[in-house]
Amino acid sequence: MAESTLQPPVALTTADGQPLKTSLARVERRARIRAFALVVPLLIFLCITFLFPIGQMLFRSIHDPLVVDLLPNTIAALKDWDGTDIPGEPVFAALAEDMKKGREDRSIGKVATRLNFEQSGVRSVITRTARRVAKLEEGPYKEAFLDANKAWGEVETWATIKRLGNRFNTVQYLASVDRRFDTEGNVVMQPEDRQIYVPIFGRTLWMSLLVTACCLLLGFPISYMLATQPLRISNLLMIMVLLPFWTSLLVRTTSWIVILQSEGVLNDILVWTGIVGEDGRVQLIYNQTGTVIAMTQILLPFMVLPLYSVMKTISPSYMRAAQSLGAPRFQAFWKVYAPNTLPGVGAGSLLVFILAIGYYITPALVGGRTGQMISNFIAHHMQSSLNWGLAAALGGILLIGVLLLYWLYNKLVGVERLSLG
Amino acid sequence: MKNLLKSTTVARAAVAAFGIVSAQAADPLTVVSWGGAYTKSQVEAYHKPYTEMTGVEIVSADYNGGLAEVKAQVEAGNVTWDLVDVELSDAVRGCDEGLLEPIDKSILPDAPDGTPAADDFLPGTLTDCAVSTIVWSTVYAYDATKFPGDKPATMADFFDTEGFPGKRGMRKTPKANLEFALIADGVPADEVYDVLATPEGIDRAFAKLDSIKDDVVWWEAGAQPPQMLADGEVVMTTAYNGRLFNAQTVENKPFVIVWDGQVWDLDLWVIPQGAPNKEEALKFIAFSTDTQRLADQAAWISYGPTRKSSVPLISTHAESGVEMMPHMPTAPDNFKNALQNDFEFWADYQDELNERFNAWLAQ
Amino acid sequence: MAQSSLPPYADTGERVWYYAFRVICGAIFLFLIAPILVIIPLSFNAEPYFTFTKEMLAFDPAGYSTRWYESFLSNDRWMTSIQNSIIVAIFSTILATVLGTIAALGLSQSHMPYRNFIMGLLISPMVVPLIITAAGIYFFYSSVGLTGSLFGIILAHTALGTPFVVITVTATLIGFDRSLSRAGAMLGADPTTVFFKIIMPLILPGVISGALFAFVTSFDEVVVVLFIAPSPEQYTVPRQMWSGIREQISPTILAVATLLIVLSIVLMTVIELLRRRSERLRGMTPG
Repeated sequence: MAESTLQPPVALTTADGQPLKTSLARVERRARIRAFALVVPLLIFLCITFLFPIGQMLFRSIHDPLVVDLLPNTIAALKDWDGTDIPGEPVFAALAEDMKKGREDRSIGKVATRLNFEQSGVRSVITRTARRVAKLEEGPYKEAFLDANKAWGEVETWATIKRLGNRFNTVQYLASVDRRFDTEGNVVMQPEDRQIYVPIFGRTLWMSLLVTACCLLLGFPISYMLATQPLRISNLLMIMVLLPFWTSLLVRTTSWIVILQSEGVLNDILVWTGIVGEDGRVQLIYNQTGTVIAMTQILLPFMVLPLYSVMKTISPSYMRAAQSLGAPRFQAFWKVYAPNTLPGVGAGSLLVFILAIGYYITPALVGGRTGQMISNFIAHHMQSSLNWGLAAALGGILLIGVLLLYWLYNKLVGVERLSLG
Repeated sequence: MKNLLKSTTVARAAVAAFGIVSAQAADPLTVVSWGGAYTKSQVEAYHKPYTEMTGVEIVSADYNGGLAEVKAQVEAGNVTWDLVDVELSDAVRGCDEGLLEPIDKSILPDAPDGTPAADDFLPGTLTDCAVSTIVWSTVYAYDATKFPGDKPATMADFFDTEGFPGKRGMRKTPKANLEFALIADGVPADEVYDVLATPEGIDRAFAKLDSIKDDVVWWEAGAQPPQMLADGEVVMTTAYNGRLFNAQTVENKPFVIVWDGQVWDLDLWVIPQGAPNKEEALKFIAFSTDTQRLADQAAWISYGPTRKSSVPLISTHAESGVEMMPHMPTAPDNFKNALQNDFEFWADYQDELNERFNAWLAQ
Repeated sequence: MAQSSLPPYADTGERVWYYAFRVICGAIFLFLIAPILVIIPLSFNAEPYFTFTKEMLAFDPAGYSTRWYESFLSNDRWMTSIQNSIIVAIFSTILATVLGTIAALGLSQSHMPYRNFIMGLLISPMVVPLIITAAGIYFFYSSVGLTGSLFGIILAHTALGTPFVVITVTATLIGFDRSLSRAGAMLGADPTTVFFKIIMPLILPGVISGALFAFVTSFDEVVVVLFIAPSPEQYTVPRQMWSGIREQISPTILAVATLLIVLSIVLMTVIELLRRRSERLRGMTPG
């Protein structure tokens, strides 16, 4: 405003003698507080039921206190161990003490399981040795341990224990990118036959891109049609987009199973029309193809709706003007119409990509072997292998990716324009 | 009708929202098992008579195996499951990790002839935290209509996609599949785990699996393989023998079981540490594992009882009247080339092998 | 390219393209809608198959039956799951609508500090992959004893439903004329009266469609339920369907699916009517 260049001779005041500027500022502040106060209940609710639980879950990916808590003496005794040769009697004695206690409160199995994630086979080494050690009244323990299992004579076993001797570590994040520490503490790749997560992240990206591209390819023409038809027809056609949007995800996934399975509707039609023989039924489901087909159909409305709302605002006169200036139809479309749809293309593609990358249900039901995505592996480590730290680390990486895309979306499109039909 | 629905809905909502359920006097017992025909056999043989006798209601829930839920409940100190039906490796691992209640075996009733329970159960079927009920087995079966000529007869035939073309179904886990692969590759059943304990042995098993990888449809829940076989999705599939029996006799499917190379295992009752109705669960275990009850279950599904005294009591199938004994995994004819799942091996190596298996699947 | 109608002077190429374009679009619409329609007749199959039998194709009445609907209606587990779904969806919708509407009122004021950031935060339950949300909620609920209760599911679904309410209500408020509420206040109405007499009637369509979105979200959600509802007592309809698809595949699922499709048609119609009414009120569409 003008205040920087033109100072008023006398400061304006309100009726009660306050300077106008202060008074306005106070009103402004009160309005801000009032606006904020309205948001606070939801904010608190989401913090408790959503943000905090996710944060707590991600915390597991770096917080790994089990070994420190349950083998305290061993970890302390290993502090000065240089890692070149097997440790001396004091370390064995400390481990024996921890094991006896672990046998008593039945916690030794937890340690064994945790260590087994890092080094296969250690589990039974620990539980069996603990059973024997519990019977020993006193040392020397080193002999007894080496006698119980030759794994105690290997540096790697001790290095594994020492590595988990930090309450906070990055072991799980390394594992999520197919890397690990070797006995010297260097980061190295996992052996080739155990490299899995990098390819899975790659596949997740690839499938999401493919789904996004398919959605764009299929969504563009029908959005165009919806936007250029008279209102009565386009409203009718819109129902065909909105009905799938409103139909349960599981219902749609079920339908795809019904349609695509090898004794399913589509294969029956193919056989009936003679395109393929009875023996030549095509495997369309329980693989990547089936997953991409189903996900494309499920996510297509999220592409069509933003595209349509952008196309609706493009005046047909642009095209007419271009054509009357001599541009062929196709060129007019490509040079004049298409660039105007870019905001819709961007918004739709980003939204579809964000939703696709974290998909779980559809790949789990129709993905088979080659259609599994990273979410399915997170679920696997949550529910079957019980390696919750690794699940949290994989989830952390996925979440960072999604949040980056979300930030981009917010920047380019604005979250409040998330189209809901 | 509408009003009724409304009022019960509101009442239920109130109950749910304020947690009144847990304050009720006689808590129902939550018993978790594998679903389908198997859960049905337990409901018929154990749950119904127990409820009739004691008046305690039993809520039966399904799961797909594993200790995840038990671990989550125990670690959080909020256990809602009273009794879980688990595989042997999980019973041992859960006990080691302090997730399961130790069970005093003196609660188990003696056999009718007075043999103490400890001697009546087959060796190795009682563990610190678990009481076994059945011997079950993973076998493979084929659809007879798909093979009019030569019929698959050995484990090697399952891996022979040239001689017996068509899709195969296999469980999406390395467990049992690696064993099958080695048996098919010519390793005698009693040497399988010695071979698997070496890196070369594992490579060999994966190489064998690799030979049919493109022809395999993977299943996860026990009810899937008979369905896949019935739908024609696969021409042969590995499956739990009881499910196959059910499809054969109750649903009259033209399935044939190949017992060669079967991998057998136990199912056991365990109680999660801190279960809400531990005492009742113990009573239920004692009730359901007595001689008659175990034999009763065998009238519903073709899994063998783990008490010796139950075996002579096995008669016919409750629904179809089929003689049950020839369908048991432990029947002499079926048991010729059989392998017991080695729980120690799997407890030790399942993390590594799962990871390798997943990596292999993803390639 | 394809204009709404073909001009009389169009040449052959244009004609071909015009019809080709329509065929392509028709195929895409078919791709969208066919999977939904195919389920409906199949749910009346007399045989336990997922495909059309010869009798069905010949329109032989013997090929059709309502047995899967009967088996659905007589199955306790399905009935429990329907009851659970209704309870969870209703309560989470109410919670989400109240919290979301109030927040949207705050967000749409020009004085709102850090508006963009907070908006992003409030919408995030919609974009964070469900598996991550589910895993987080699973651990947290286990530690506070909320797993295995409908109350826990209600809270989780409320969190997942609020973004929809926030978005729809904020969108309605964009067209809202602030001078109306100021006029009300000047005429002596207190803020509550202003809200219920002036603001509420105008944003009601937005609130209702937000509520319907929240309802559907809850009614359709399965990942979180998979984690926090360990026993069938708390199963919702989608959770029961999940078991059905993975474990006990029978055409009963198709019967349930058909009923859900009918439900979605009803909800969609309500939303469409509301949207049109709202646009008419705000004078945004000519017709």
